[in-house]
Amino acid sequence: MRTLLFLLQKEFRQITRDKSILRMILVMPMLQLVLLPNAADYEMKNILLSVVDHDHSEYSRQLVQKVTSSGYFKLNSFSDSYADALQEVEEDRADLILEIPARFEKSLVHEDQATLFLAINSINGVKANLGGAYLRSIIQDYNREVRTQWIQLPRLSPETTIDIVPTNWFNPRMNYKVFMVPGILVILVTLVGSFLTSLNIVREKEVGTMEQINVTPIKKHHFILGKLIPFWAMGLLVLTLGFGIARIGYGIIPLGSFLTIYVFAAVFLLAVLGLGLLTSTYSDTQQQAMLVSFFMMMIFILLSGLYTPIDSMPTWARYITRINPVAYFIDVIRLVVLKGAGLYEIRQQLAIMFGFAVLLNGWAVLSYHKRS
Amino acid sequence: MKQFWSFIKKEFYHIFRDHRTMLILLGMPVVQIIIFGFALTNEVKNSRIAVLDRSNDAASASLIAELEASRYFEIQKHLYSYQEVEEEFKKGNIKMAVILPQNFEADLKHLNKAQVQVIADASDPNVANTLTNYASAIILDYQDRITDGRQLPYKINTEMRMLYNPQMKGAYSFVPGVMALVLMLVCTMMTAITIVREKEMGTMEVLLVSPVQPLKIVIAKAVPYFFLSLVNIASILLLSVFVLEVPINGSLPLLVLESILFTVTSLVLGLLISSVTESQQTAMFISLTGMFMPTIMLSGFMFPIENMPRLLQLISNIIPAKWYYIIVRSVMIKGVGLEAVWKETLVLVGMLVFLLFMSIRKFKIRLV
Repeated sequence: MRTLLFLLQKEFRQITRDKSILRMILVMPMLQLVLLPNAADYEMKNILLSVVDHDHSEYSRQLVQKVTSSGYFKLNSFSDSYADALQEVEEDRADLILEIPARFEKSLVHEDQATLFLAINSINGVKANLGGAYLRSIIQDYNREVRTQWIQLPRLSPETTIDIVPTNWFNPRMNYKVFMVPGILVILVTLVGSFLTSLNIVREKEVGTMEQINVTPIKKHHFILGKLIPFWAMGLLVLTLGFGIARIGYGIIPLGSFLTIYVFAAVFLLAVLGLGLLTSTYSDTQQQAMLVSFFMMMIFILLSGLYTPIDSMPTWARYITRINPVAYFIDVIRLVVLKGAGLYEIRQQLAIMFGFAVLLNGWAVLSYHKRS
Repeated sequence: MKQFWSFIKKEFYHIFRDHRTMLILLGMPVVQIIIFGFALTNEVKNSRIAVLDRSNDAASASLIAELEASRYFEIQKHLYSYQEVEEEFKKGNIKMAVILPQNFEADLKHLNKAQVQVIADASDPNVANTLTNYASAIILDYQDRITDGRQLPYKINTEMRMLYNPQMKGAYSFVPGVMALVLMLVCTMMTAITIVREKEMGTMEVLLVSPVQPLKIVIAKAVPYFFLSLVNIASILLLSVFVLEVPINGSLPLLVLESILFTVTSLVLGLLISSVTESQQTAMFISLTGMFMPTIMLSGFMFPIENMPRLLQLISNIIPAKWYYIIVRSVMIKGVGLEAVWKETLVLVGMLVFLLFMSIRKFKIRLV
């Protein structure tokens, strides 16, 4: 026990001695947490629109007016021809082209129908789909207005309509930040925990102090615990600061209890730190350790469900997410923060995470040898 | 000049000696491009939904069949009470629930009007929005089908054309983004610890007392990594075209040149990090924890930049990956030439010059 205390003292001193890295560990994640969630806004607005109006009639003007006042679209330019508008799209100044044919008003009034042409930059398919849907529904609205101008519709509509009543649960104001902030916090905690531990042991190897430790009577598990505990504490500290920012900056208060989050976080950090230790014992240089942990972290983070839904991934990628600790934590933190889940509801995830922690740390202890 | 060459040779030895690192540096981008290229997409499909059908008549059954037939939805469960809806959401089993009221068919027939309730799990507002939109589209199509034959007067038709990506493949917007992300992080990381490593190991003193100029030391450090990067560019482009099936519609030489420009910028960024830090840990912390998230979130491929607040839009301008992403998307998918991307290219050149200048200035020739 005493040995462990001395080791901890040494590790803490090593971390706190270097003020620049300490500041970075704490400030950089927090700064990112303050800034980055604001970037994650998927709500479609300001879709850049280019209008080609060949008609120049009262109707075409009304239609354009209606489209631009909807809030979803920003009129970028009036082009004289479709080719000009396409040029705008090529140069990224417009995403959507609305072409109103000549005689639009006349054919609508005299021939009972007219056709509008839409062209959408669909490199981003989802954006294109939504943009197209918005524009269509605005055009339909306009169509209804025109119709009521010309004919008195009977009281009981001849058109069969199905009213769709959409309801949004758990986040009725559709606030994207409530969804992103806890997720980003998880990533930052993971980054702080994993990279630092993975470098730590290998650094002692590279600098040569490992041999000194190996000739002392320090026990294997003491040494490893001494390396784990400081970063474990650091991870929980970052998590706590992060929740402070979530509350002050974004007004996010978890529906569930903090206890649930901290219990899970404690086990999660053990697993991640174990992974870092494992990387560390298998690498010879800090460069190797860093590359390997970067490689794993990038896969863990991008396949965690933070940015893109896990449901949309191909089957094999969904299998990867089952052995991805970060995916579990993100799932859990969202369940707790948004839906108020308690320890009982997350018992399965907790058990799996506990399994990861035991497996990875056990492996790390076994593969670390005092003799080289 | 001879000194310079022997310096470069030394750096090459350093890298080629360490097979493991080499393997990681060359293999990592390949694995990442394949995994992310296939797995990352913001398309919403196969979403698990539940239906609560209270009328159980022909009309409701055929509407549910329509939902089931679409590739967006997978009906997970047929529910029998309203309470179950909440339970299923809480367990995270479903993303959306569709509720059909009693007398659905009768209402449609006699009142010409019926209601459908669509409840979405809005903890992810993006998915909720998209699912609600897809469901509405299917329901409206169904509605059109039953009104068919009764042509309404004064009808405005719309004809929609999807440019560049008519099949709406998610890969078209994500693969260029993944290319930018992987290239930038791998290249920056490669050089980020080169100089600081010599400092930490104590070999820096030896370098500094040699008659080689600082500029040459810095450049010699980057040269071997530049060659590794060329291999990476080649493998990334080959994978994108042949494995991920994203076409190169524009000119290949232009794309390669732009990629080289971007890679060199990232390598020099790594050198700058390396010369301003004192330990490998710090250098790594900056190049990973510092750059990882901002690059993903602000380069424009995950979240549209035009939606961001002004401040973040400004910050996004200093992220090289943003410019490269625009260039790749334009050249590969839109198939346009230099005349459409010269501005972005100039920005990258400017960044390169600035970073090179800074890293030479910050390279200290005295050790403290």
